[in-house]
Amino acid sequence: MTELGIKRFSSLVELEGMREKLLNSRSASAKSIHVCTGPGCVAKGSFKLYEIFCAAVEGAGSDVQVQAKCVGCHGFCERGPIVVIEPGGIFYQRVEEPDVAEIFRETVLGGRVVERLLYEDPNTGKKVEKANEIPFYKVQERIALSGNGLLDPTEISDYIAEGGYTALAKVLSPMTPEEVISEVELSGLRGRGGGGFPTGRKWRSCRQAEGSPKYVICNGDEGDPGAFMDRCIMEGNPHSVIEGMLIGAYAIGSEHGYIYVRNEYPLSVERLKNAVAQAKELGLVGETILGSSFSFDIRINRGGGAFVCGESTALMASLEGRPGEPRAKYVHTVESGFRGKPTNLNNVETWANIPHIINRGGKWFAGIGTEKSKGTKVFSLVGNVVNTGLVEVPMGITMRRIIDEIGGGIRDGKRFKAVQTGGPSGGCIPAEHLDARVDFEELTKLGSMMGSGGMIVMDEETCMVRVAKYFTDFLQKESCGKCTPCREGLAQMLYILDRITDGEGQVGDIERLEELGGLLEGTALCALGKTAANPVISTIRYFRDEYDAHILDGRCPAKECRGLFRYEIDPEACNGCGICLKNCPADAITGEKKVPHVINQEKCTLCGTCWEKCPFTAVLKV
Amino acid sequence: MPEDSEIIEQIVDRYDGDDGMLIPMMQDLQAESGYLPADQLRCLGRHLRLPLSRLYAVATFYSSFRLAPKGAHEVTLCMGTVCYLKGSASISEAITREFQVEPGGTTRDRLFSFQAVNCMGACAVAPVMTVDGKYYNGVSPASALEILYGLTKEHVTADKEEQT
Repeated sequence: MTELGIKRFSSLVELEGMREKLLNSRSASAKSIHVCTGPGCVAKGSFKLYEIFCAAVEGAGSDVQVQAKCVGCHGFCERGPIVVIEPGGIFYQRVEEPDVAEIFRETVLGGRVVERLLYEDPNTGKKVEKANEIPFYKVQERIALSGNGLLDPTEISDYIAEGGYTALAKVLSPMTPEEVISEVELSGLRGRGGGGFPTGRKWRSCRQAEGSPKYVICNGDEGDPGAFMDRCIMEGNPHSVIEGMLIGAYAIGSEHGYIYVRNEYPLSVERLKNAVAQAKELGLVGETILGSSFSFDIRINRGGGAFVCGESTALMASLEGRPGEPRAKYVHTVESGFRGKPTNLNNVETWANIPHIINRGGKWFAGIGTEKSKGTKVFSLVGNVVNTGLVEVPMGITMRRIIDEIGGGIRDGKRFKAVQTGGPSGGCIPAEHLDARVDFEELTKLGSMMGSGGMIVMDEETCMVRVAKYFTDFLQKESCGKCTPCREGLAQMLYILDRITDGEGQVGDIERLEELGGLLEGTALCALGKTAANPVISTIRYFRDEYDAHILDGRCPAKECRGLFRYEIDPEACNGCGICLKNCPADAITGEKKVPHVINQEKCTLCGTCWEKCPFTAVLKV
Repeated sequence: MPEDSEIIEQIVDRYDGDDGMLIPMMQDLQAESGYLPADQLRCLGRHLRLPLSRLYAVATFYSSFRLAPKGAHEVTLCMGTVCYLKGSASISEAITREFQVEPGGTTRDRLFSFQAVNCMGACAVAPVMTVDGKYYNGVSPASALEILYGLTKEHVTADKEEQT
């Protein structure tokens, strides 16, 4: 940063001055290549693309004003790797290494668009140049993700140039802590980690709680399988989280902050550490921030790999260097949390919303969303949907719009069966409730929950009993074992579910599952245990007939549970090519060449090889 | 070993001796040796004035900690229905016999960790074994052992390279 002439800011004026300087140094004609380094694009090799672009920039000579930067997740992971050329916002998708030279020559140097790399709108068949013209982005409203795709997360100057730390400056310029809390209360922001507790009220309780020091914690232990929004914020715009925490700490009266990041997210740890170090260097974190009397330090902790640590009391136990076992919450953590002191914990996405609320006002935020759920929510839209990725939508949008308009409907023309929300503690919502509005209350009413925002779409070929079993298995393995209902109850539920999917279900098993579910909800110690039966209970509620088919008829309607369906060859479609016969490991298929083949059901092991190998889809599951 | 205690002192100092930072300290310690050796844990406990039971509780609670060294290679054998039918049980027995390692264990020379899994979804090319993620299909007891004997050589050369 020294090359930009930035030194430690000792006042708000200096921060503003630097922002102006940064903006003035940007030439309007300078080109910028934004290479997505979200998890999806990285898996498809985007870091390599970034390197090649950097080499191209270096080779271009000093008369060409262009820079390449790695940016946070654009969200449209399905179409990655994504490269956007600014100014103009030309959106290239599925970019591969050989395309780099062409993009550089044509678009960056020549100002022409490379048609073949543009997104084609499947509805109109037309090529689309800009992101906001793509249906996937049109319906979205980005607040927490607004910096993603725009900023280089490794450069604080980028964040500052785009208006970063103005909310902190506004708070210190000065607002009273009381005014800050009132603004957050006015916004109606509720915790984005799953609980949905009003953020402003939490801050107020923590401010009023007796005891010092007070702690501020950011929960980055995103453990739900199928959710990656917190990761994309931590990696795509880490300073927004830090700024949010600074504002919260000022309001609450805390000088010590922790960010607890999941063990599986090493890049998040790296980017946050880098961001905190940069903020410290500029006097935005540390002692006497921006020349004020406010001091706040942030430490980053890596988790040990335990799902339960996403629960606030377990997370605090983990921060204290103990096994992450939750405790009963009759004493709130805002009164006695980390090290027995008043502690305010919020989730990554919650923190990332704070700077926007301060800058644009609580009233503006409260103008988005439904009566009780304000603002936007980030969802990771995954599963059997055409456009998988990260989406941010206003609260109150219907599930149907998310799945059909943003998600582009179900893959391979199949039928929708259910959408699973809320992670392993959530539930499955069937087609008849697709017009339900997405907000905290509505999802709970449907037997699911908001959770951290995973949205797993399932098609007609998904067996709901298996889905329930998958989540129960996950939770049973991740249960900390402290309380009996969760430790033993989940094991029993899993035992029964195993029996059902093996075709050995007994009459009364559904009732037994319901009874165990009720027991967990009523008696488990923490939120993980209390909600652990949700996947089972919600699938029984909406897909009871599937459970019945397994138990009473020994049949899996989705044809997923081995042994509960058979493979047969359709004599009309089979032309006797012999591929299945050759590949069958059990020698269960017979037939002459060019004559329809037959599966010997006695010999068949139901391995599915023939079904996978048949080029004419003549092997049927019946 | 004095070297051990030096490493541990460095790690403890890195976190100002704050026992709340036990998990990051243990992560750093594991990064040094690839697992948490008992004597190092004991030494860390002494530095922090924490009982070994506390460190052991943490080490066994979190899935990222290992108390035994992993092998240099990871061998996974499929025991799914088709692989089983095609003789993976006899492959498993052969490996156990030749290398004195049960499924779930690591060979004494830490050459490889051996895992048996239910199904790898590669039934068409059964029986299947993977070594460090690389698929070997249609293996027999003889060819499996041959692959694993090949590992020994690789391992030795890799070690030699490291030393030079």
